[in-house]
Amino acid sequence: MSPILFYFFAALTLIFGVAVVANRNPVASALCLVVSFLGLAALFVGLDAYFIAVIQVLVYAGAVMVLFLFIIMLLDMKAETRRKPNLIAYAGGGLVAMAFVAQLWLVLERFTAGHSPFPTIWLKDGQQSIDDVHNVGTTLFSVHNLPFQVIGVLILVATVGVVVLSKRELK
Amino acid sequence: MTLTLNHYLFVSGLLFAIGLGGVMLRRNIIIIFMCLELMLNAANLSLVAFSRFNLVNGLPNYNAQVLVFFIITVAAAEVAVGLAIIVALYRARQTTHVEDINSLKF
Repeated sequence: MSPILFYFFAALTLIFGVAVVANRNPVASALCLVVSFLGLAALFVGLDAYFIAVIQVLVYAGAVMVLFLFIIMLLDMKAETRRKPNLIAYAGGGLVAMAFVAQLWLVLERFTAGHSPFPTIWLKDGQQSIDDVHNVGTTLFSVHNLPFQVIGVLILVATVGVVVLSKRELK
Repeated sequence: MTLTLNHYLFVSGLLFAIGLGGVMLRRNIIIIFMCLELMLNAANLSLVAFSRFNLVNGLPNYNAQVLVFFIITVAAAEVAVGLAIIVALYRARQTTHVEDINSLKF
């Protein structure tokens, strides 16, 4: 990925990430979150993870966002009315985030392995790009088959849980 | 100049910090939930960057990408359950403002 594209998509992801936090209107926040996820998917493409990028767009920018917007519609949420700002929470949140970034900076400065550029991928003759979906699928179904089955059970449990939670009367 | 692993790790960390700050300073429970998603995605970005950085036989380390796949799946299930809980909470209390929900507060 050329550095210009990287900086563009990284800036897109981060700016719209900030917009998610800064917007008072929940619908605007949700739409900013979509743009942020799309920028992240572009970064995944830049890292040669095409399958993950597609899944990111389908699941996050598609399914999860529809779910969020649907719930916002269902609860009929208006833009937040201005309450008395909780200064302690603002100061605490800002301070913790700043401290985290400062610490990250220090750690990454000392992480010398991270200063070297990405190694090039070996492509077979005539291949334009890596056979990404094939490789992920092989790893998923051979090495990580049991976790994959467990994930299926987890989704079933989540489905049943949501149905129980959404019933009119919880007993 | 070329891109290094640290570029991606720093973007990932910044995204995580944005999510963390959002969770701490926003009071709307749905926005807090969105910020949780941001933090999960920040973790995904660093996993994919490490997968691309540590080549195995000239190919990215696909174990990391499978882990990202699992994280996305679990996050989707988590969103479904979490939003169901928020709807149930809204039915009981008619609010999504976390300061109005303080029954368990010590």
